[in-house]
Amino acid sequence: MADISFQITIKPKKGWVSINFKELWLYKELFYIFAWRDIKVRYKQTVVGIAWAVFQPISSMIIFSIFFGGLAKMPSDGIPYPIFVYSGLLYWNYFSISLGGASNSLIANEGMIKKIYFPRLLLPFSSTITPLIDFAIAFLVMIGLMIYYHFMPTFVGILIIPILVLLSFLCASGLGSLLAAINVRYRDVREALPFLTQILFFVTPVIYPTNIVPEKYQWILGLNPMVGIIEAARAGILGNKAIDFKLLLLSAVIVLVLFFLGIYYFKKTEKVFADIS
Amino acid sequence: MEKPIIEVKGLSKKYILTHRLPYETFRDKIVELAKKPFRLLRSRIKSQKEEFWALKDINFQVQKGEAIGLIGPNGSGKSTLLKILSQITDPTTGEIILRGKVASLLEVGTGFHPELTGRENIFLNGAILGMTKKEIAKKFDGMVKFSGVEKFIDTPVKRYSSGMYVRLAFSVAAHMEPDILIVDEVLAVGDADFQKKCLGKMDEVTKEAGRTVIFVSHNMEAIKKLCTKCILLKNGQVVMFDETNKVVDTYLQGGQLATQQPLRQRRDRDSKGRVTMTDIAVTTLSGKAEIESGDALRFRIKYESVFTKPIHNVRMVIMIVNDDLQNVLWFDNEVSKQTLTEFSPNGEFLCETGPLNLSPGRYFVNLHFHSDGVSEDSVLLAASFEVKENLHRYAFQKSADYKVTNFIAPFQYSQKK
Repeated sequence: MADISFQITIKPKKGWVSINFKELWLYKELFYIFAWRDIKVRYKQTVVGIAWAVFQPISSMIIFSIFFGGLAKMPSDGIPYPIFVYSGLLYWNYFSISLGGASNSLIANEGMIKKIYFPRLLLPFSSTITPLIDFAIAFLVMIGLMIYYHFMPTFVGILIIPILVLLSFLCASGLGSLLAAINVRYRDVREALPFLTQILFFVTPVIYPTNIVPEKYQWILGLNPMVGIIEAARAGILGNKAIDFKLLLLSAVIVLVLFFLGIYYFKKTEKVFADIS
Repeated sequence: MEKPIIEVKGLSKKYILTHRLPYETFRDKIVELAKKPFRLLRSRIKSQKEEFWALKDINFQVQKGEAIGLIGPNGSGKSTLLKILSQITDPTTGEIILRGKVASLLEVGTGFHPELTGRENIFLNGAILGMTKKEIAKKFDGMVKFSGVEKFIDTPVKRYSSGMYVRLAFSVAAHMEPDILIVDEVLAVGDADFQKKCLGKMDEVTKEAGRTVIFVSHNMEAIKKLCTKCILLKNGQVVMFDETNKVVDTYLQGGQLATQQPLRQRRDRDSKGRVTMTDIAVTTLSGKAEIESGDALRFRIKYESVFTKPIHNVRMVIMIVNDDLQNVLWFDNEVSKQTLTEFSPNGEFLCETGPLNLSPGRYFVNLHFHSDGVSEDSVLLAASFEVKENLHRYAFQKSADYKVTNFIAPFQYSQKK
């Protein structure tokens, strides 16, 4: 039935356009559908399917344990190296997969952007939601490892897990939205991204503990928000040290800045996506 | 009186043509800067002047329940107007007020994912077109039935034939129930049967359900059938907004005028532009300009290009359309399995046909030049020619009957004694 009160005004948009939350809410089903599509398509025509979500972090863990833990004698705060590296990989993999997906989400859906209207923000965000499934599966493996190595998480350690996941999500979606918007104009992002991810991997304490970095330089490491997240996750679950809440707070602040910067840039450039993609 | 459902006021859209490349990379910029350090500054000033107004001061109003056809030559701004109406791109100035829910169909099957099954794609595509899950579930059976792909509904669409794909995609779109429906030339796909079905559905949508429709097509028959009024766009401006028949007639006369302009000077080309067809002559095989039904034709086309080496892998398509702009004949070397390589960068070529039993009347020629799968040049209504009656061969009556068909195939009746 025609709803007379329903009215849209199309006008030139100038400068900073605020996010239309009401509209985002109207499109929530499309958001689910995008996420559902990504999950459905992800492991189509593979033999082992979703088992890849288990296989990938476990094989990385084995390789890292052999080369860094075994041969290179990398210190690991007195924790068995496999579970040490796995606890870092868990969050790192979620972050890097989400970042990659979000950054390429606009150009991957270029055809749609040129032919139909929907709030473009749905794209990077749905790409960041989907890898949560892989994260959840990889987390089950983490629980298995904890039982095997007899680790009992602290109460606070369990409580902060949702916060850490949320922070990783905001970090990946914020940075991902920023890169996605730049990617529309400069495809260099697509080329640089694997490289950038690799660099970020090495400046994040996944395969090494932070204390191998001299103390006076550790604050530089702290500027990378994934450092605070992974350190807190490790401390909370494995109890190798107390959770550094100061570092976590710094990470949270940086994540929020990145997030709003990403959304701001995305919204600012959104109107030309269809013209230049 | 009720307020108009669509109100367009002073709408303009400017594109700034800064670069020819589909996209630029940072490296290109650095290389450019290194080569000519000052050029970057100057070219920026120059490129700012290179504005292109795709739409200029468009004003019109549409009342609820009207079906409006949007017609005009290539590059007249039809697609841009649809894109702005669909909120895909922003206008530069002016505004549009839409008093109702809008659904736009600029392409059938937007967002279809090849890996997903027909069933899954119905839900995906439906959601993209703005339907809720509940709505889709309710109409699901109807959509599947309309598409006629019931048997393959759980097969990934990448295994569909292109016809099945289009039918399924259109079925989803046909079941939308917006207040305002914006449709680009989507009926140009699929086989004739399905096109008829689609037209029927569109007719139902406008006439029975009373929706407001804006419809772009090059098919004047479809426009005449569906639309009560038409907007004629040219060079980004509304030339005419009136009853369909009047506007279509004006447009077709304009088409005839267009063919009178030398091909070299035509600007309404729609492709990459590395090749420019500069001249066309249509004669009979013996070179006569007077063409009768049953004559074999010769098309002589001159062209120029930016290439320095011979052009490989050429696909040349000559289309003959009648004065309602419906396709009648089609000369495509890829269909006839003739490979065209070693086309010289500049020159001319011929296309010679067998005897063509065209009904008397006026015909237009559309030209498309591709190389390596890229459309290099394309001119619609590049030329026109008149076919005269040949009273020795056919006894065409001066009735409207022969207009039913444009082509008469050889045939013979007989009866066993």
